[in-house]
Amino acid sequence: MAGSTPAQITVGVLALQGAVREHVDVLRRLGTEARPVRTPADLASVDALVIPGGESTVIDKLSRAFGLDEPIRAAISGGLPVLGTCAGLIMLGDRIQGRAPGQRTFGGLDATVRRNAFGSQGESFETDVAVPELGGPSMHAVFIRAPIVEDVGSAVTVLGRLNDGRIVAVQQGRLLGVAFHPEISGEHRFHARLIALAREAAGRG
Amino acid sequence: MSTTVGTARVKRGLAEMLKGGVIMDVVTAEQARIAEDAGAVAVMALERVPADIRSQGGVARMSDPDLIDEIIASVSIPVMAKARIGHFVEAQVLQSLGVDYIDESEVLSPADYVNHIDKWKFTVPFVCGATNLGEALRRVNEGAAMIRSKGEAGTGDVSEATKHIRTIRGEVARLTSMSDDELYVAAKELQAPYELVVEVAKTGTLPVVLFTAGGVATPADAALMMQLGADGVFVGSGIFKSGNPAKRAAAIVKATTFHDDPAVITETSRGLGEAMVGINVADLPAPHRLAERGW
Repeated sequence: MAGSTPAQITVGVLALQGAVREHVDVLRRLGTEARPVRTPADLASVDALVIPGGESTVIDKLSRAFGLDEPIRAAISGGLPVLGTCAGLIMLGDRIQGRAPGQRTFGGLDATVRRNAFGSQGESFETDVAVPELGGPSMHAVFIRAPIVEDVGSAVTVLGRLNDGRIVAVQQGRLLGVAFHPEISGEHRFHARLIALAREAAGRG
Repeated sequence: MSTTVGTARVKRGLAEMLKGGVIMDVVTAEQARIAEDAGAVAVMALERVPADIRSQGGVARMSDPDLIDEIIASVSIPVMAKARIGHFVEAQVLQSLGVDYIDESEVLSPADYVNHIDKWKFTVPFVCGATNLGEALRRVNEGAAMIRSKGEAGTGDVSEATKHIRTIRGEVARLTSMSDDELYVAAKELQAPYELVVEVAKTGTLPVVLFTAGGVATPADAALMMQLGADGVFVGSGIFKSGNPAKRAAAIVKATTFHDDPAVITETSRGLGEAMVGINVADLPAPHRLAERGW
Protein backbone atom coordinates (compact mmCIF):
# COMPACT_ATOMS: atom_id res chain seq x y z
CA MET A 1 0.00 0.00 0.00
CA ALA A 2 2.41 2.68 1.14
CA GLY A 3 5.48 0.74 0.14
CA SER A 4 6.64 0.65 3.75
CA THR A 5 8.73 -2.16 5.08
CA PRO A 6 7.02 -4.18 7.80
CA ALA A 7 9.11 -2.43 10.42
CA GLN A 8 7.94 1.04 9.42
CA ILE A 9 4.20 1.18 9.68
CA THR A 10 2.35 4.45 9.09
CA VAL A 11 -1.12 4.68 10.55
CA GLY A 12 -3.56 7.33 9.36
CA VAL A 13 -6.27 8.87 11.52
CA LEU A 14 -9.31 10.08 9.57
CA ALA A 15 -9.27 13.78 10.42
CA LEU A 16 -12.57 15.15 9.18
CA GLN A 17 -14.05 15.72 12.64
CA GLY A 18 -13.72 14.24 16.11
CA ALA A 19 -11.13 12.98 18.59
CA VAL A 20 -8.23 12.83 16.14
CA ARG A 21 -5.47 14.05 18.47
CA GLU A 22 -6.05 11.34 21.08
CA HIS A 23 -5.56 8.55 18.54
CA VAL A 24 -2.45 10.19 17.11
CA ASP A 25 -1.05 10.39 20.66
CA VAL A 26 -1.71 6.70 21.38
CA LEU A 27 -0.18 5.60 18.07
CA ARG A 28 2.94 7.72 18.63
CA ARG A 29 3.31 6.36 22.15
CA LEU A 30 3.33 2.90 20.58
CA GLY A 31 6.25 4.04 18.42
CA THR A 32 4.31 4.19 15.17
CA GLU A 33 4.22 7.04 12.71
CA ALA A 34 0.74 8.57 12.77
CA ARG A 35 -0.67 11.18 10.45
CA PRO A 36 -4.04 12.79 9.81
CA VAL A 37 -5.95 11.69 6.69
CA ARG A 38 -8.24 14.20 4.97
CA THR A 39 -7.73 13.49 1.26
CA PRO A 40 -7.50 10.44 -1.04
CA ALA A 41 -3.76 11.17 -1.40
CA ASP A 42 -3.34 11.06 2.40
CA LEU A 43 -5.22 7.76 2.45
CA ALA A 44 -2.99 6.24 -0.20
CA SER A 45 0.06 6.89 1.97
CA VAL A 46 -0.94 4.88 5.06
CA ASP A 47 -0.72 1.18 6.02
CA ALA A 48 -3.72 1.29 8.35
CA LEU A 49 -6.49 3.71 9.30
CA VAL A 50 -8.22 4.77 12.50
CA ILE A 51 -11.72 6.20 12.21
CA PRO A 52 -12.12 8.17 15.44
CA GLY A 53 -15.04 9.07 17.63
CA GLY A 54 -16.99 12.14 16.62
CA GLU A 55 -20.37 12.55 14.95
CA SER A 56 -20.97 9.84 12.37
CA THR A 57 -23.34 12.12 10.44
CA VAL A 58 -20.60 14.72 10.06
CA ILE A 59 -17.89 12.21 9.13
CA ASP A 60 -20.28 10.74 6.53
CA LYS A 61 -21.13 14.13 4.98
CA LEU A 62 -17.57 15.44 4.85
CA SER A 63 -16.16 12.19 3.44
CA ARG A 64 -18.68 12.39 0.61
CA ALA A 65 -18.24 16.12 0.02
CA PHE A 66 -14.48 15.70 -0.37
CA GLY A 67 -14.53 12.46 -2.39
CA LEU A 68 -13.01 10.33 0.35
CA ASP A 69 -15.88 7.87 0.81
CA GLU A 70 -15.31 5.70 -2.26
CA PRO A 71 -11.51 5.52 -1.78
CA ILE A 72 -12.09 4.41 1.83
CA ARG A 73 -14.60 1.75 0.70
CA ALA A 74 -12.13 0.55 -1.92
CA ALA A 75 -9.30 0.46 0.64
CA ILE A 76 -11.44 -1.55 3.07
CA SER A 77 -12.34 -4.05 0.32
CA GLY A 78 -8.65 -4.17 -0.59
CA GLY A 79 -7.73 -5.29 2.91
CA LEU A 80 -6.61 -2.04 4.59
CA PRO A 81 -6.57 -2.63 8.36
CA VAL A 82 -9.02 -0.24 10.04
CA LEU A 83 -9.89 0.48 13.68
CA GLY A 84 -13.18 2.31 14.22
CA THR A 85 -14.06 3.66 17.67
CA CYS A 86 -17.58 4.87 18.56
CA ALA A 87 -18.60 6.90 15.47
CA GLY A 88 -15.85 4.97 13.66
CA LEU A 89 -17.60 1.69 14.54
CA ILE A 90 -20.83 3.12 13.11
CA MET A 91 -18.98 4.06 9.90
CA LEU A 92 -17.71 0.46 9.57
CA GLY A 93 -21.11 -1.17 10.05
CA ASP A 94 -22.84 -2.61 6.99
CA ARG A 95 -26.16 -1.76 8.63
CA ILE A 96 -27.09 0.99 11.09
CA GLN A 97 -30.11 1.63 13.25
CA GLY A 98 -31.15 5.11 14.32
CA ARG A 99 -29.69 6.65 11.21
CA ALA A 100 -30.17 10.30 10.33
CA PRO A 101 -32.04 10.91 7.04
CA GLY A 102 -29.83 9.85 4.14
CA GLN A 103 -26.96 8.78 6.40
CA ARG A 104 -24.49 6.29 4.89
CA THR A 105 -21.56 4.30 6.22
CA PHE A 106 -18.35 2.99 4.65
CA GLY A 107 -19.32 -0.56 5.65
CA GLY A 108 -17.14 -3.64 5.71
CA LEU A 109 -18.22 -5.13 9.03
CA ASP A 110 -21.06 -7.61 8.64
CA ALA A 111 -22.85 -6.13 11.63
CA THR A 112 -25.83 -4.01 12.60
CA VAL A 113 -24.78 -1.04 14.72
CA ARG A 114 -27.30 0.97 16.71
CA ARG A 115 -26.38 4.64 17.04
CA ASN A 116 -26.66 6.32 20.42
CA ALA A 117 -27.86 3.08 22.03
CA PHE A 118 -27.80 4.25 25.66
CA GLY A 119 -29.72 7.54 25.41
CA SER A 120 -28.62 11.11 26.01
CA GLN A 121 -25.27 12.27 27.38
CA GLY A 122 -26.59 11.89 30.95
CA GLU A 123 -26.51 8.12 30.38
CA SER A 124 -22.89 8.10 29.18
CA PHE A 125 -20.76 5.99 31.53
CA GLU A 126 -17.49 4.34 32.45
CA THR A 127 -17.16 0.64 33.20
CA ASP A 128 -14.80 -2.31 32.71
CA VAL A 129 -14.97 -4.63 29.72
CA ALA A 130 -13.18 -7.97 29.42
CA VAL A 131 -11.49 -8.44 26.03
CA PRO A 132 -9.80 -11.85 26.50
CA GLU A 133 -8.78 -12.07 22.84
CA LEU A 134 -6.36 -9.15 23.31
CA GLY A 135 -4.86 -10.54 26.53
CA GLY A 136 -4.35 -8.91 29.91
CA PRO A 137 -6.86 -7.62 32.45
CA SER A 138 -10.25 -6.06 31.71
CA MET A 139 -10.18 -2.73 29.95
CA HIS A 140 -11.45 0.45 31.49
CA ALA A 141 -14.00 1.63 28.94
CA VAL A 142 -15.56 5.08 28.46
CA PHE A 143 -18.89 5.08 26.62
CA ILE A 144 -20.00 8.49 25.31
CA ARG A 145 -23.39 8.58 23.57
CA ALA A 146 -22.10 5.23 22.43
CA PRO A 147 -23.38 2.80 19.82
CA ILE A 148 -23.85 -0.93 20.37
CA VAL A 149 -23.48 -3.88 18.00
CA GLU A 150 -26.96 -5.38 17.69
CA ASP A 151 -26.09 -8.43 15.61
CA VAL A 152 -23.17 -9.84 13.67
CA GLY A 153 -22.65 -12.16 10.71
CA SER A 154 -20.76 -15.44 10.96
CA ALA A 155 -17.44 -13.94 9.81
CA VAL A 156 -17.36 -11.54 12.78
CA THR A 157 -15.57 -12.41 16.03
CA VAL A 158 -16.98 -10.80 19.17
CA LEU A 159 -14.09 -9.41 21.23
CA GLY A 160 -15.96 -7.78 24.11
CA ARG A 161 -19.37 -7.58 25.74
CA LEU A 162 -20.99 -5.60 28.53
CA ASN A 163 -22.15 -7.49 31.66
CA ASP A 164 -25.63 -7.77 30.14
CA GLY A 165 -24.19 -9.50 27.07
CA ARG A 166 -24.43 -6.63 24.61
CA ILE A 167 -21.59 -6.56 22.07
CA VAL A 168 -19.16 -3.62 22.28
CA ALA A 169 -16.02 -4.82 20.43
CA VAL A 170 -15.69 -6.91 17.26
CA GLN A 171 -13.18 -8.00 14.63
CA GLN A 172 -13.74 -9.19 11.09
CA GLY A 173 -10.58 -9.86 9.13
CA ARG A 174 -8.53 -6.68 9.34
CA LEU A 175 -11.40 -4.55 10.64
CA LEU A 176 -11.71 -3.74 14.34
CA GLY A 177 -14.81 -2.02 15.72
CA VAL A 178 -15.13 -0.69 19.27
CA ALA A 179 -18.16 1.07 20.79
CA PHE A 180 -16.15 2.82 23.51
CA HIS A 181 -13.08 5.06 23.58
CA PRO A 182 -9.81 3.25 24.29
CA GLU A 183 -7.97 6.41 23.19
CA ILE A 184 -9.22 8.49 26.13
CA SER A 185 -8.64 5.97 28.93
CA GLY A 186 -5.00 5.17 28.17
CA GLU A 187 -5.90 1.78 26.64
CA HIS A 188 -3.50 0.71 23.85
CA ARG A 189 -4.40 -2.89 23.04
CA PHE A 190 -6.74 -2.21 20.11
CA HIS A 191 -4.17 0.10 18.53
CA ALA A 192 -1.46 -2.53 19.05
CA ARG A 193 -3.70 -5.09 17.33
CA LEU A 194 -4.26 -2.67 14.44
CA ILE A 195 -0.50 -2.20 14.05
CA ALA A 196 -0.02 -5.98 14.12
CA LEU A 197 -2.64 -6.34 11.36
CA ALA A 198 -0.85 -3.66 9.34
CA ARG A 199 2.51 -5.43 9.73
CA GLU A 200 0.92 -8.69 8.63
CA ALA A 201 -0.69 -6.98 5.60
CA ALA A 202 2.55 -5.21 4.66
CA GLY A 203 4.47 -8.49 5.02
CA ARG A 204 2.15 -10.17 2.58
CA GLY A 205 2.27 -7.20 0.18
CA MET B 1 -17.54 -4.21 37.72
CA SER B 2 -19.02 -0.84 38.55
CA THR B 3 -20.69 1.47 36.09
CA THR B 4 -20.57 5.20 36.73
CA VAL B 5 -22.26 8.09 34.94
CA GLY B 6 -21.45 11.80 35.00
CA THR B 7 -17.70 11.48 35.60
CA ALA B 8 -15.37 14.29 34.54
CA ARG B 9 -13.94 11.99 31.88
CA VAL B 10 -17.35 11.24 30.41
CA LYS B 11 -18.34 14.93 30.50
CA ARG B 12 -15.10 16.21 29.00
CA GLY B 13 -15.07 13.28 26.61
CA LEU B 14 -18.20 14.39 24.76
CA ALA B 15 -16.54 17.75 24.11
CA GLU B 16 -13.50 15.88 22.75
CA MET B 17 -15.83 14.15 20.27
CA LEU B 18 -17.21 17.50 19.11
CA LYS B 19 -13.76 18.79 18.12
CA GLY B 20 -13.34 20.04 14.58
CA GLY B 21 -17.08 20.58 14.44
CA VAL B 22 -19.62 23.38 14.24
CA ILE B 23 -22.36 23.82 16.84
CA MET B 24 -25.32 25.77 15.47
CA ASP B 25 -28.01 27.83 17.21
CA VAL B 26 -31.52 26.73 16.20
CA VAL B 27 -34.92 28.01 17.29
CA THR B 28 -37.21 25.40 15.67
CA ALA B 29 -37.19 21.66 14.94
CA GLU B 30 -37.07 22.51 11.24
CA GLN B 31 -33.90 24.55 11.71
CA ALA B 32 -32.41 21.72 13.77
CA ARG B 33 -32.98 19.30 10.86
CA ILE B 34 -31.40 21.77 8.42
CA ALA B 35 -28.40 22.11 10.74
CA GLU B 36 -27.99 18.33 11.11
CA ASP B 37 -28.30 17.89 7.36
CA ALA B 38 -25.65 20.56 6.78
CA GLY B 39 -23.19 18.72 9.03
CA ALA B 40 -23.60 20.39 12.43
CA VAL B 41 -21.87 18.39 15.15
CA ALA B 42 -24.52 19.52 17.67
CA VAL B 43 -27.30 22.07 17.90
CA MET B 44 -28.02 24.70 20.54
CA ALA B 45 -31.78 24.83 21.15
CA LEU B 46 -33.06 28.27 22.08
CA GLU B 47 -36.10 30.50 21.64
CA ARG B 48 -34.33 33.50 20.15
CA VAL B 49 -30.93 33.71 18.54
CA PRO B 50 -28.62 36.31 20.14
CA ALA B 51 -29.25 38.88 17.36
CA ASP B 52 -32.97 38.85 18.23
CA ILE B 53 -32.34 38.88 21.98
CA ARG B 54 -30.23 41.95 21.31
CA SER B 55 -32.78 43.74 19.12
CA GLN B 56 -35.88 42.79 21.14
CA GLY B 57 -34.36 43.37 24.56
CA GLY B 58 -36.03 42.32 27.81
CA VAL B 59 -35.02 39.45 30.06
CA ALA B 60 -33.79 36.40 28.16
CA ARG B 61 -34.42 33.06 29.90
CA MET B 62 -34.18 29.30 29.40
CA SER B 63 -36.31 28.05 26.48
CA ASP B 64 -39.75 26.46 26.80
CA PRO B 65 -39.34 22.72 27.59
CA ASP B 66 -41.74 21.90 24.73
CA LEU B 67 -39.38 23.53 22.24
CA ILE B 68 -36.40 21.66 23.64
CA ASP B 69 -38.33 18.35 23.55
CA GLU B 70 -39.27 18.96 19.91
CA ILE B 71 -35.70 19.69 18.93
CA ILE B 72 -34.37 16.64 20.80
CA ALA B 73 -36.95 14.50 18.99
CA SER B 74 -36.09 15.90 15.57
CA VAL B 75 -32.33 15.18 15.35
CA SER B 76 -29.87 12.40 16.14
CA ILE B 77 -26.92 14.68 17.00
CA PRO B 78 -26.32 16.12 20.51
CA VAL B 79 -28.65 18.88 21.66
CA MET B 80 -27.41 21.68 23.92
CA ALA B 81 -29.51 24.30 25.67
CA LYS B 82 -28.79 27.49 27.59
CA ALA B 83 -29.37 28.28 31.23
CA ARG B 84 -28.88 31.73 32.77
CA ILE B 85 -25.63 32.33 34.64
CA GLY B 86 -26.15 31.14 38.23
CA HIS B 87 -29.65 29.75 37.56
CA PHE B 88 -29.12 26.23 38.83
CA VAL B 89 -32.84 25.45 38.72
CA GLU B 90 -32.99 26.13 34.98
CA ALA B 91 -30.03 23.74 34.76
CA GLN B 92 -31.92 21.12 36.78
CA VAL B 93 -34.82 21.45 34.34
CA LEU B 94 -32.54 21.09 31.32
CA GLN B 95 -30.89 18.03 32.84
CA SER B 96 -34.26 16.42 33.46
CA LEU B 97 -35.23 17.15 29.83
CA GLY B 98 -32.25 15.06 28.76
CA VAL B 99 -30.21 17.71 26.93
CA ASP B 100 -26.68 16.55 26.14
CA TYR B 101 -24.88 19.74 27.23
CA ILE B 102 -25.88 22.87 29.16
CA ASP B 103 -24.47 26.25 28.17
CA GLU B 104 -24.36 28.51 31.22
CA SER B 105 -24.56 31.52 28.99
CA GLU B 106 -24.02 35.26 29.15
CA VAL B 107 -26.34 35.53 26.14
CA LEU B 108 -29.25 35.07 28.56
CA SER B 109 -29.87 37.53 31.39
CA PRO B 110 -27.78 36.53 34.42
CA ALA B 111 -29.77 35.19 37.39
CA ASP B 112 -26.93 35.69 39.88
CA TYR B 113 -24.35 38.47 39.65
CA VAL B 114 -22.03 36.80 42.17
CA ASN B 115 -22.09 33.03 41.75
CA HIS B 116 -22.04 30.72 38.78
CA ILE B 117 -23.72 27.29 38.90
CA ASP B 118 -21.92 24.57 40.87
CA LYS B 119 -21.58 22.32 37.84
CA TRP B 120 -20.03 19.37 39.70
CA LYS B 121 -23.50 18.59 41.11
CA PHE B 122 -24.85 17.66 37.68
CA THR B 123 -24.58 14.52 35.56
CA VAL B 124 -24.99 16.52 32.36
CA PRO B 125 -21.86 18.43 31.28
CA PHE B 126 -21.62 22.22 31.03
CA VAL B 127 -19.94 24.58 28.60
CA CYS B 128 -19.18 28.11 29.80
CA GLY B 129 -17.93 31.27 28.15
CA ALA B 130 -14.64 32.96 28.94
CA THR B 131 -12.83 36.08 27.76
CA ASN B 132 -9.46 35.15 29.27
CA LEU B 133 -7.59 32.26 30.89
CA GLY B 134 -8.43 33.19 34.48
CA GLU B 135 -12.15 33.21 33.70
CA ALA B 136 -11.83 29.88 31.84
CA LEU B 137 -10.06 28.23 34.79
CA ARG B 138 -12.58 29.59 37.30
CA ARG B 139 -15.31 27.94 35.22
CA VAL B 140 -13.34 24.66 35.00
CA ASN B 141 -12.90 24.82 38.78
CA GLU B 142 -16.70 25.06 39.10
CA GLY B 143 -17.05 21.95 36.93
CA ALA B 144 -17.30 23.21 33.34
CA ALA B 145 -16.34 20.38 30.97
CA MET B 146 -15.85 22.62 27.94
CA ILE B 147 -14.98 26.28 27.42
CA ARG B 148 -15.95 28.60 24.61
CA SER B 149 -14.38 31.97 24.15
CA LYS B 150 -17.22 34.48 24.38
CA GLY B 151 -16.86 36.86 21.49
CA GLU B 152 -19.76 39.29 21.22
CA ALA B 153 -22.85 37.24 20.41
CA GLY B 154 -25.46 38.43 17.93
CA THR B 155 -23.28 41.00 16.19
CA GLY B 156 -21.72 39.22 13.22
CA ASP B 157 -18.56 41.10 14.27
CA VAL B 158 -15.80 38.58 14.85
CA SER B 159 -13.32 40.98 16.45
CA GLU B 160 -14.18 40.13 20.05
CA ALA B 161 -13.98 36.39 19.34
CA THR B 162 -10.53 36.98 17.87
CA LYS B 163 -9.49 38.98 20.92
CA HIS B 164 -10.70 36.34 23.38
CA ILE B 165 -9.18 33.30 21.67
CA ARG B 166 -5.89 35.17 21.24
CA THR B 167 -5.95 36.23 24.88
CA ILE B 168 -6.59 32.70 26.17
CA ARG B 169 -3.99 31.11 23.89
CA GLY B 170 -1.47 33.82 24.71
CA GLU B 171 -1.95 33.44 28.46
CA VAL B 172 -1.55 29.66 28.16
CA ALA B 173 1.69 30.12 26.21
CA ARG B 174 2.96 32.56 28.81
CA LEU B 175 2.37 30.07 31.65
CA THR B 176 4.39 27.39 29.86
CA SER B 177 7.44 29.65 29.84
CA MET B 178 7.31 30.42 33.57
CA SER B 179 9.46 28.83 36.22
CA ASP B 180 7.75 26.95 39.05
CA ASP B 181 8.14 29.76 41.57
CA GLU B 182 6.45 32.24 39.21
CA LEU B 183 3.28 30.16 38.96
CA TYR B 184 2.13 31.18 42.46
CA VAL B 185 1.91 34.81 41.43
CA ALA B 186 0.50 33.85 38.03
CA ALA B 187 -2.36 32.07 39.82
CA LYS B 188 -2.95 35.15 41.95
CA GLU B 189 -2.97 37.44 38.93
CA LEU B 190 -5.22 35.15 36.89
CA GLN B 191 -7.49 34.77 39.95
CA ALA B 192 -7.49 31.06 39.19
CA PRO B 193 -6.82 27.97 41.31
CA TYR B 194 -3.09 27.27 41.64
CA GLU B 195 -3.47 23.54 40.79
CA LEU B 196 -5.18 24.32 37.49
CA VAL B 197 -2.57 26.95 36.66
CA VAL B 198 0.19 24.38 37.23
CA GLU B 199 -1.66 21.86 35.05
CA VAL B 200 -1.94 24.36 32.19
CA ALA B 201 1.72 25.35 32.57
CA LYS B 202 2.76 21.68 32.33
CA THR B 203 0.50 20.57 29.48
CA GLY B 204 0.45 23.80 27.47
CA THR B 205 -3.28 23.51 26.98
CA LEU B 206 -6.56 23.98 28.85
CA PRO B 207 -7.75 20.91 30.80
CA VAL B 208 -10.90 20.93 28.63
CA VAL B 209 -11.79 21.50 25.00
CA LEU B 210 -11.78 25.14 23.86
CA PHE B 211 -14.31 26.24 21.25
CA THR B 212 -14.89 29.78 20.13
CA ALA B 213 -18.12 31.73 19.75
CA GLY B 214 -19.61 35.13 19.18
CA GLY B 215 -19.82 36.88 15.81
CA VAL B 216 -18.78 34.03 13.50
CA ALA B 217 -20.76 34.60 10.27
CA THR B 218 -18.72 33.27 7.32
CA PRO B 219 -16.62 30.22 6.38
CA ALA B 220 -13.54 32.43 6.59
CA ASP B 221 -14.51 33.54 10.12
CA ALA B 222 -14.74 29.89 11.21
CA ALA B 223 -11.40 29.05 9.60
CA LEU B 224 -9.83 32.10 11.29
CA MET B 225 -10.92 30.79 14.68
CA MET B 226 -9.53 27.34 13.92
CA GLN B 227 -6.21 28.74 12.72
CA LEU B 228 -6.03 30.76 15.94
CA GLY B 229 -6.20 27.49 17.85
CA ALA B 230 -9.87 26.84 18.58
CA ASP B 231 -10.96 23.19 18.76
CA GLY B 232 -14.26 24.02 17.03
CA VAL B 233 -16.81 26.82 16.63
CA PHE B 234 -20.25 27.86 17.75
CA VAL B 235 -22.28 29.76 15.19
CA GLY B 236 -25.26 31.58 16.65
CA SER B 237 -27.14 34.12 14.61
CA GLY B 238 -24.75 33.83 11.65
CA ILE B 239 -26.56 30.95 9.96
CA PHE B 240 -30.29 31.36 10.35
CA LYS B 241 -30.12 35.16 10.09
CA SER B 242 -28.48 34.85 6.67
CA GLY B 243 -29.96 34.59 3.16
CA ASN B 244 -29.33 30.88 2.56
CA PRO B 245 -28.94 29.09 5.89
CA ALA B 246 -28.53 25.51 4.55
CA LYS B 247 -25.80 26.48 2.12
CA ARG B 248 -24.00 28.76 4.56
CA ALA B 249 -24.15 26.12 7.31
CA ALA B 250 -22.63 23.44 5.06
CA ALA B 251 -19.96 25.88 3.90
CA ILE B 252 -18.96 26.77 7.48
CA VAL B 253 -18.71 23.04 8.33
CA LYS B 254 -16.36 22.41 5.40
CA ALA B 255 -14.25 25.48 6.14
CA THR B 256 -13.88 24.39 9.77
CA THR B 257 -12.43 21.00 8.78
CA PHE B 258 -10.25 22.40 5.99
CA HIS B 259 -9.39 25.57 7.91
CA ASP B 260 -5.78 25.50 6.72
CA ASP B 261 -6.65 25.01 3.04
CA PRO B 262 -7.38 28.38 1.35
CA ALA B 263 -8.59 26.65 -1.84
CA VAL B 264 -11.39 24.93 0.08
CA ILE B 265 -12.29 28.09 1.98
CA THR B 266 -12.42 30.00 -1.30
CA GLU B 267 -14.77 27.45 -2.88
CA THR B 268 -17.04 27.28 0.16
CA SER B 269 -17.25 31.08 0.30
CA ARG B 270 -18.78 31.41 -3.17
CA GLY B 271 -22.43 32.33 -3.73
CA LEU B 272 -23.64 32.13 -0.14
CA GLY B 273 -26.07 35.04 -0.51
CA GLU B 274 -26.51 37.69 2.14
CA ALA B 275 -24.55 37.30 5.35
CA MET B 276 -26.33 38.38 8.52
CA VAL B 277 -26.54 42.14 8.89
CA GLY B 278 -23.87 42.95 11.41
CA ILE B 279 -23.42 45.40 14.23
CA ASN B 280 -19.95 46.71 14.94
CA VAL B 281 -19.05 45.96 18.54
CA ALA B 282 -17.57 49.46 18.82
CA ASP B 283 -21.05 50.89 18.16
CA LEU B 284 -22.58 48.92 21.03
CA PRO B 285 -22.99 50.91 24.22
CA ALA B 286 -21.10 49.13 27.00
CA PRO B 287 -24.22 48.01 28.95
CA HIS B 288 -25.29 45.99 25.89
CA ARG B 289 -22.06 44.03 25.58
CA LEU B 290 -22.84 40.45 26.55
CA ALA B 291 -19.22 39.35 26.91
CA GLU B 292 -18.89 41.51 30.01
CA ARG B 293 -21.44 39.34 31.81
CA GLY B 294 -19.80 36.63 33.92
CA TRP B 295 -16.72 37.07 36.08
